[in-house]
Amino acid sequence: MDGLSQRITDAVHGQTQPTLTVLSSLLAVEDELGYIPKEAVAEVATFTDTTVNDVWAVASFYPNFRFEPPCEHKIELCWGSTCHLVGAMPVINAALEASGLSDEGDTPDGKLSVRLNTCLGACAQAPVISIDHHLIGRVSPEQVRRKVTELLEG
Amino acid sequence: MTTSFQEIVVEAQTRWQALTAGSQPWIRVGTALCGKAAGCDSVVDAIKGALESQGMRATVSEVGCLGLCFAEPLVDVQFPGGPRIFYGNVTPEIAQRIVANHIVGGEPDAEIALGYLEGVFTDPSTEEPDSEDDCIRPKNIPNLDLHPMRVLETRIVLRNSGTIDPMDIYQYVANGGYRALEKALREMTAEDTLTQVADSGLRGRGGAAFSTGTKWKFLAGSGAPVKYILCNCEEGDPGAFNDKAILESDPNTLLEGLILAGYATGASHGYIFIRHGHDGPIDRCRAAVNQALELGLWGENILDSGFNFQVEVALTGDSYVAGEESGLMEAIEGKRAMPRFRPPFPAQSGLFGKPTNINNVKTLAYVPEIVSKGAEWFAGIGHDQSTGTAILCLTGSLNYTGMVEVPLGTNLKDVIYQVAGGVPAGKELKLVQTGGPLGGVLGADSIDVVLDFEILRSAGAIMGSGGIIAADEDTCVVDLTRALIAFCQYESCGKCFPCRMGMSHLLEVLERICRLEGQPQDLDLMRSVGENMQAGSLCGHGQLGFNPVASALKHFGQEFETHIIDRQCPTGRCLGPRFSPKLSRR
Repeated sequence: MDGLSQRITDAVHGQTQPTLTVLSSLLAVEDELGYIPKEAVAEVATFTDTTVNDVWAVASFYPNFRFEPPCEHKIELCWGSTCHLVGAMPVINAALEASGLSDEGDTPDGKLSVRLNTCLGACAQAPVISIDHHLIGRVSPEQVRRKVTELLEG
Repeated sequence: MTTSFQEIVVEAQTRWQALTAGSQPWIRVGTALCGKAAGCDSVVDAIKGALESQGMRATVSEVGCLGLCFAEPLVDVQFPGGPRIFYGNVTPEIAQRIVANHIVGGEPDAEIALGYLEGVFTDPSTEEPDSEDDCIRPKNIPNLDLHPMRVLETRIVLRNSGTIDPMDIYQYVANGGYRALEKALREMTAEDTLTQVADSGLRGRGGAAFSTGTKWKFLAGSGAPVKYILCNCEEGDPGAFNDKAILESDPNTLLEGLILAGYATGASHGYIFIRHGHDGPIDRCRAAVNQALELGLWGENILDSGFNFQVEVALTGDSYVAGEESGLMEAIEGKRAMPRFRPPFPAQSGLFGKPTNINNVKTLAYVPEIVSKGAEWFAGIGHDQSTGTAILCLTGSLNYTGMVEVPLGTNLKDVIYQVAGGVPAGKELKLVQTGGPLGGVLGADSIDVVLDFEILRSAGAIMGSGGIIAADEDTCVVDLTRALIAFCQYESCGKCFPCRMGMSHLLEVLERICRLEGQPQDLDLMRSVGENMQAGSLCGHGQLGFNPVASALKHFGQEFETHIIDRQCPTGRCLGPRFSPKLSRR
């Protein structure tokens, strides 16, 4: 068994909660690897006694799952109502410009994944972004541009 | 190893005494999502670093959200037996200054202090506060209870928020926690417990405002051996974070409410359902669940009462519709979060085909205090058929953004202008958006309404989950409506085509109006799409999805006309860049 398969098996079989499902298994794999490789879909299907089709159905429904290895860093930009009202669009624009992307996605060098998020949960500090799961509130477009540049150069 | 409840209480009180009246000061830092976004992590590090370099000893605790999110990172210092002195918008530099002046110097730094709160020296066994003379009031520092955000508050669910360490169950017990559970198990029957909740008039705080007692009776009426209580903390509403804040600030009040709900309805299992990725709420909730198990507060034969109840934390992926009750059950079963046909209703056949009851976090979090203090006490708070309090998230263009708990019956205008301090930078309020993206907008001249489920609904807004977003005069209503529909479109699960295609169609029309390319017939077209969505969708997402457009047209129809007929966006907002997620459900 290669390293990837071993990690998938460990993640799926290492779940400790009583209710084990397709979704919980996929979340366990994503926590471990940061994405859902093809091998994991088969493993989850076997583990939950379902089919590869069933597993894909669930994996493709929830947009938090990605199917390619993650980038080195991840920046999430909130576009929820509150953030929208107090300046999310210029912040998103700045992040995209600085990363050379025209829409959400990954930079070609694999350094940075730029994603929009419907709500990061810190609305009182809007506009909010998160970099590698660390929230930053009351951001300005300039600040975001600087952060993105640092991540791409670092 | 059964420990009696009395032993747990004694242990908790001893620990609390050592913390508040021991030998060293207690420093608390707000570390809920609002604190995290404001940079509390570096403040905690700075405080610990400064204490070490100054050779000082103090207990440093990470607490939840006091509600004053605008002032995060919020730090307070309490010397044994003294008041809590709060410092707002603390940076690592200010943190060092606080340690130098207040901890080392021994005197509050009045120049930068935000306010003080009289410490909680209440003896939990009597629940009577010490006489006022016992409190030492610091000089030249305002009383934080007189802060606009706190004067109208009645704290029931949020009574411990920002005060106790959410990772320490003993602090919850020391402040009266789990006493309601113990009381119910020892001296009340399940029926008594349910009657208390029914008589209190408690209604669901997730949006539908359905009577909690009535809902519980549906479940209690089933004699099935396996029955579920689900606590919904999916909370995907942009602008609402109170469910997450409760889990982060005082998870045990929810857990106690959940176990009480299980007892009252004769349920066997409880699930707390949270969106994956919100690590703070998840970690703190799991800690509470694990610690409560160790103390025998759930599991087999709880506190020797013979009542068995299992609790589990379940996670979902990103899906707003997973917060809909039948979508939630699908997600716990590990499937696509798509709503089910009803009937059968959850109380007959819900999760895994078993009788099920679903409540929002806030709803369950009221239950311990209702059981402790009685139905009459709770029913005496509020307005008409809307009893109790509203837990509101105040965000957007407001001077004081944050979370407050005010009695129902409070005027929305007072919430905006008094509690939240009005609109900053001398600007005018344009509108208030309530109840999440499926709620509505109220024009600034329509906010003179009291917070009451019926009154708000007839005013064209809903309480929803308690998110109140204020928008100032620079806001373009068309642009805001487009953003709300973009969210609804993105989050449509796709099961019912009137919702799936209707949302896309609405978004297309609104995009067109934003580009100043709208057609005169577009408003009628949207109304027709909206009617179809309402009539042909299985769940609230499609049924209510036209609300934002309908209410925007009602209050700001003229602004849509200006975009369509005059080809102008008065605020210019529509001319800026616009982004929506590229990825969607496949």
